[in-house]
Amino acid sequence: MTATVSVDAVMLEARAAELGKRSIKTSAKLAGIDIAIGCIDLTTLEGKDSEGRVRSLCAKAIRPRPEWNEIPSVAAVCVYPNLVSVAKSSLAGSSVKVASVATAFPSGLVDLDVKLADTAQAIAAGADEIDMVIDRGAFLAGREQLVFDEISAIKKLCTATSAAQAIPLKVILETGELGSYAATRRACDLALEAGADFIKSSTGKVGTNATFPTALVMCEALRDFHRRTGQKRGLKLAGGIRTTKQALTYLVIVNETLDETWLDSKLFRLGASSLLDDLLMQYEKARTGRYAGADYIPKD
Amino acid sequence: MKFAYAPAPERVRPQLRERYGLFIDGRWTAPKSERYMETINPADETRIAEVAYGDAQDVDRAVRAARKGFERWSKLSPADRAKLIYRIARAITERSRELAVLESLDGGKPIRESRDFDIPTSAAHFFYYAGWADKLEWALRAQRAPEPIGVCGQIVPWNFPLLMAAWKVAPALACGNTVVLKPAETTPLTALALAQIVEEADLPAGVVNVVTGDGATGAALVDHDGVDKIAFTGSTEVGKIIQRRIAGKGKRLTLELGGKAANVVFADAALDQAVEGIVQGIYFNQGHVCCAGSRLLVEESVHDDVVERLTNRIRTLRLGDPLDKNTDIGAINSRVQLEKIRELVRAGIEQGATLVQAECELPARGFFFPASFFTNVHPSHRVAREEIFGPVLAVMTFRTPDEAIDKANNTPYGLSAGVWTAQGSKNMWVAQHLRAGVVWCNTFNKFDPSSPFGGYKESGFGREGGVHGLREYLKHA
Repeated sequence: MTATVSVDAVMLEARAAELGKRSIKTSAKLAGIDIAIGCIDLTTLEGKDSEGRVRSLCAKAIRPRPEWNEIPSVAAVCVYPNLVSVAKSSLAGSSVKVASVATAFPSGLVDLDVKLADTAQAIAAGADEIDMVIDRGAFLAGREQLVFDEISAIKKLCTATSAAQAIPLKVILETGELGSYAATRRACDLALEAGADFIKSSTGKVGTNATFPTALVMCEALRDFHRRTGQKRGLKLAGGIRTTKQALTYLVIVNETLDETWLDSKLFRLGASSLLDDLLMQYEKARTGRYAGADYIPKD
Repeated sequence: MKFAYAPAPERVRPQLRERYGLFIDGRWTAPKSERYMETINPADETRIAEVAYGDAQDVDRAVRAARKGFERWSKLSPADRAKLIYRIARAITERSRELAVLESLDGGKPIRESRDFDIPTSAAHFFYYAGWADKLEWALRAQRAPEPIGVCGQIVPWNFPLLMAAWKVAPALACGNTVVLKPAETTPLTALALAQIVEEADLPAGVVNVVTGDGATGAALVDHDGVDKIAFTGSTEVGKIIQRRIAGKGKRLTLELGGKAANVVFADAALDQAVEGIVQGIYFNQGHVCCAGSRLLVEESVHDDVVERLTNRIRTLRLGDPLDKNTDIGAINSRVQLEKIRELVRAGIEQGATLVQAECELPARGFFFPASFFTNVHPSHRVAREEIFGPVLAVMTFRTPDEAIDKANNTPYGLSAGVWTAQGSKNMWVAQHLRAGVVWCNTFNKFDPSSPFGGYKESGFGREGGVHGLREYLKHA
């Protein structure tokens, strides 16, 4: 296991705030919106999710604004395991992937065999990507090896599948429950060592989700992992990302802490539901100088 | 699609006069010298405006006005003085955007810094000291009635023009003194804007006088028999001249001079955050900062790691138009300063240090210098000893805490220092042993009006800011 890395909140937050002050206007704003849309994991993770709801979300994922051809599809649709097959059939023929949460999302407090079964079921139903959660209780109790082993086990399942290529594994750290930036950094390092293809900030189910300083810590971990191993791993930020301004700041943080090659759906995702609507509205504003009424944006 | 930041220029343009007179006795007057000087924009070398050149006669007029003003101002009730100083503070806040542009235009600093640091901190100093005006008894150690000193000659530098004026004018006024302010030759405009604010705030005539000019103007102010106190911020060289010139004259003096601060990074520090502190310490305001962390002392075991992180980090610094909101490194203040930086960088290379520089295109016009640092620096190198006052850092190593302290204190200066370690006890122990006026722990360049600032050794004496700053403007303090 790698050595523990110190993180100090004062300068970390100062740097994150500084990056949040970048002024992204005109052509940069249009480019940023385009990148952000292409990196969205359009998400619905509610107890009341239904097949109909997932189908309409998928339609929007493929063509976010049907009258504008230049708008790209989003990266993926993210659903619960038992809606994977619905999403899969709705997205057939498109570039949009099906991501499924698994491992007893959002708490992860079940035994490993249940987590494995949950994941296997999602994969069998056609999931292209898996979003697992770590056992935060074990992590905070100092049982790092258990957390590591669980990630490794799920990773093994994702690579051993019959699918043509390995299924990317996103590891949700639930940073809002980890209590400090230093713990977040430690969890990032642990997940990357254990084989996470993406480190993901949050489930969206607790009070604190992705924040600018958290994103910065995660980028630092990814940058150091790349320095150490030569491998580029991905970042997924999720929870509470609703506005274009937030999304653009996250792009800035990635751009200046990692580099521009990370601004691609292979290495960067924004897990969000309502963000897409604001991006579409801001896109129109940036292009035409006018805001469209909310009714011009299709509800999903 | 490529994510390249588009230009984001600040579009507000300040109201400028073609030509500025001197602000003496509450009025704008033509200089007796009959001479004017140009002030230029260092980012494109274009002329911004003409300002009056104040000679010894003009200084004399200003000092006489300040003496007359003192009779009224010192007898005003403290609460009324406070009210007028609050007015200045509010006016700075209300005009902050315009003042920020003016500061960046005249001095070359990024608008991000003038907008987020210089102007708000200037206003904060006036707010802070306005609050003290009617509570001065509490500022004194002995229970004596507070008494102002009289007429204060205040000479400020070009690196933080309005802020340095605020540091000096606000406590002087709060204590009941009157001032003759001499702004720096290359950056007079925000001091003149402050004079406009003072005029609009209806302060009594002669309380604040602004005499623009050059070194000779400052010398005339220092030499004038009617001045009771000199407050100077600038180079150690000039500080020494001032101290000699006023010797035996009974004038009070505070000097805030040069520095060659050490930023001490231990192996156990949060290195990414230390790198942010290093960047903040040396590249803030193009390194035109007397308390800049211009010597990096890094524990040998993490030297290569820190250098690699720093090399990557300075690649992301954006150099260019000071008025672009995304600019991190603006223009060097003047051609003279640019030449001085170039000369010291040449000396660093000749003496065998290794130069690392951010690769970036420099604008065709204006005075620019890329973010730079030297590795393989030895304590005997000029770049390790002399104040460069530019975006150039000297990186050296140490092995033990004792060695770090020895090296950090091995300078004639002693203005500031930084310590970076995750261990609280080490942080405190090192801070106690550093001979510097300000020691920042796991952060750098943090300022607050309530916190005193000033130097050890050749970095000067006297304190500005906080209750300590008041005592410099009171008798018997």
